[in-house]
Amino acid sequence: MELRKSYFADVRKDDLHEIGQPRPRSDSPGHVTGKTAFFADRNFPGMLHLKMVRSPHHHARIRSIDTSEAEKHPGVVKIITAKDVPHNVYTILILIQIGPEDETVLADGKVRWKGEAVVAVLAETERAAQEAAAKVKVDYEVLPAVFDMEEALKPGAPLVNEFHGQNYYLYDSGECRKVRFGDVEAGFAAADHVLEQSYQSSPIEHAPTETTGCVVAPEGNDRFTCYTNTQAMFFTLDNASIILQMPGNKLHFVGGTVGGGFGGKVDVIVEPIAILGAKLTGRPVSFIYSREEEMQISSPRAAEKVVIRDGVMKDGRIVARKVTGYTDAGAYSRHSPYGAQKGAGHYPGPYTIPNVWIDTYCVYTNRTPSSAMRGFGVTIGDFALEVQMDKLARLIGMDPLEFRFINAYRDGDMKAHRQPTEGAALIECMQEASRAANWPVAEKFMAMSSYVKGA
Amino acid sequence: MAIRRGRGVAAINYPTGMNLGGDPTQALVHSTPTGNFMVTLSSVDLGQGMKQIMAQICAETIGVPTDRVVVDTADTDTGPHCMGTFASRGTHRAGNAVIQAAKEARQVMLEVAAEELEVNASDLETDGQGNILVKGAPQKSISIFDVALSAHFKRGRSISGRGMFLIPRSYPEKETGAMKPSTCYAHACTVAEVEVDDETGEVTVLTVKNVFEIGRALNPKMVEQQLVGGSWMGISHALYETTEPYYPNRDHGGTDFNQYLMPGPGDLAETEIIVLERPSADGPYGAKGPGEMCANPQIPALANAVFDAVGVRIDTLPITPERILRALRAQAAN
Repeated sequence: MELRKSYFADVRKDDLHEIGQPRPRSDSPGHVTGKTAFFADRNFPGMLHLKMVRSPHHHARIRSIDTSEAEKHPGVVKIITAKDVPHNVYTILILIQIGPEDETVLADGKVRWKGEAVVAVLAETERAAQEAAAKVKVDYEVLPAVFDMEEALKPGAPLVNEFHGQNYYLYDSGECRKVRFGDVEAGFAAADHVLEQSYQSSPIEHAPTETTGCVVAPEGNDRFTCYTNTQAMFFTLDNASIILQMPGNKLHFVGGTVGGGFGGKVDVIVEPIAILGAKLTGRPVSFIYSREEEMQISSPRAAEKVVIRDGVMKDGRIVARKVTGYTDAGAYSRHSPYGAQKGAGHYPGPYTIPNVWIDTYCVYTNRTPSSAMRGFGVTIGDFALEVQMDKLARLIGMDPLEFRFINAYRDGDMKAHRQPTEGAALIECMQEASRAANWPVAEKFMAMSSYVKGA
Repeated sequence: MAIRRGRGVAAINYPTGMNLGGDPTQALVHSTPTGNFMVTLSSVDLGQGMKQIMAQICAETIGVPTDRVVVDTADTDTGPHCMGTFASRGTHRAGNAVIQAAKEARQVMLEVAAEELEVNASDLETDGQGNILVKGAPQKSISIFDVALSAHFKRGRSISGRGMFLIPRSYPEKETGAMKPSTCYAHACTVAEVEVDDETGEVTVLTVKNVFEIGRALNPKMVEQQLVGGSWMGISHALYETTEPYYPNRDHGGTDFNQYLMPGPGDLAETEIIVLERPSADGPYGAKGPGEMCANPQIPALANAVFDAVGVRIDTLPITPERILRALRAQAAN
């Protein structure tokens, strides 16, 4: 890594003692010698293991659940169904007033994605729990499912989630989050070229070294200690408190170093049911995802579809940009309404465009609920935007890097969401990339600055 | 049939912290009897080194070496509230909270030192090595070790501080979308070079040159590991990863690392990292959040490089050999 101090030399300083110093990490010796403690290193006498009975169907009504054979399986201590969960219908963003509650801790009457948790089995060993889970009999009536976002948005599509009533999240702004700036149609009409292109991604797994999980121990004072690898301690505690209808002071969450998160450990999934298991049995409970569960059950990065329509002039100026973004939330909201909304704040990218129209939709389908992941709401949008930039440059016969200089935002430029640009540095990054990659651009671009002219 | 070479560029920005704000983090700082400092948080270290960075921030603010600071975090019985480690917010939000708490503790420390030295607290400064000196008369000094002992056993003072950082929540205007998503943005520009085998569709990433503007590299070695890791993840997202290879079809999803493809060490490109610093107005010592941003620009840069190499656009991620071959066949058929 090289630090290029020649950029922004007027504002960056080297007058500190500890900041800017490459001090060795205090925890790395523990990591490389295997001494760092992770949540799963906790082991308590009498600890039970929790395994989930999961839906084999993408969408089905549950006619009945028969746990009688499973209860007789050697080593089984407790079987939990929806009726045992005090507040079974929840949504995690209710803590910041983003509802409605739309997801069940354990399926109640219906499953909406293949892999959804239906029954929790607690047993003396992982093997006994797994074997007993296979003996739980669930009678399903399979329902039509919808997997494609465009199909899901058509009238008459199977309804994925009754708590929403339609297959998209309803914002206060309507069926999508909207940004309106300038007159986009007038921009297209005045443009030398108009280019509309569509981009698509597929769900992506966080693939942390350490799978999601927790170990819960009932304490002598009527409290429960939850050792967890959540990325958000109080967010998880407070949601568990709501789901379990248990005062927060009964809960003690202990985290520590986590073996990789990437956004995959901000859904509150394993903790509430494990705490409930510990409460109902009076014994410590371990609930740790297998690698298969981590890959197909825990939320992935959402698949997204992004449609970009641009009006561009021969001289390289983008004069209008319309973006329609679709986020595939899967069957439940989790963090997806937030992610789709974040996209609306991010488009049209780091470029100054006078006419902008943005709609971002959060769409429900019968697949594994998606949720946060590194770059949430932005990563796939950037893929679409920057491929589109390449296409536009070639369309007008301009160098792709020079084309970006022409449109790059600078301090003071008004963004589409009506905030003036502050602290811009895109131009300087491109100048340095031009040098480092030996990708020459015209001298006038190398002389540009993100600073406000004359300031 | 041939191996074809191409290169592509992408430039991006990325917001620091939770979209629209409203995401608080609090911190407590106190001294032990012998002048070591404890930072108490409930933030989570995901492996990116948050504890180390919080120790350096506290040490800088108090004026002691980093090894005099211990960070106790991720315990809801002791640590004050943190919204969580996500949205490139950890260093920015918790760092600001730690600075505020450390400043309050430092003020008490200087007041106790002033009483011991019989001067005004405003006339004192720290040397960063564990001593408090009278400005302009450095021979008149006291160690922080002695100041802490005095505070605890003689003067009955608590060298401690409370810190909190909250960006007030912005609510988007319904019709126009007027809003404030973030207070600062990191930036990047990436140039990637690839070779594409037009017979097999296989992509070999030759070089990835990344320029990242991150506000301030608080610990250059640690941010380097994050930026290099992010760059690799970008390659992985562009060319390999998905849980649903034939989305929206649900079949063929991988269930382990034999089926879920990611690049191995031999598949990773020569990676170059260049860092620029434009300190952010509200970041701890100017820092922005580079954690998510650094994995984004490689994806479009590689997509553009593939087009540059073989002349087909793959607008669906991941850019697999199968998709490249199908596009090449369609191109040949036309």
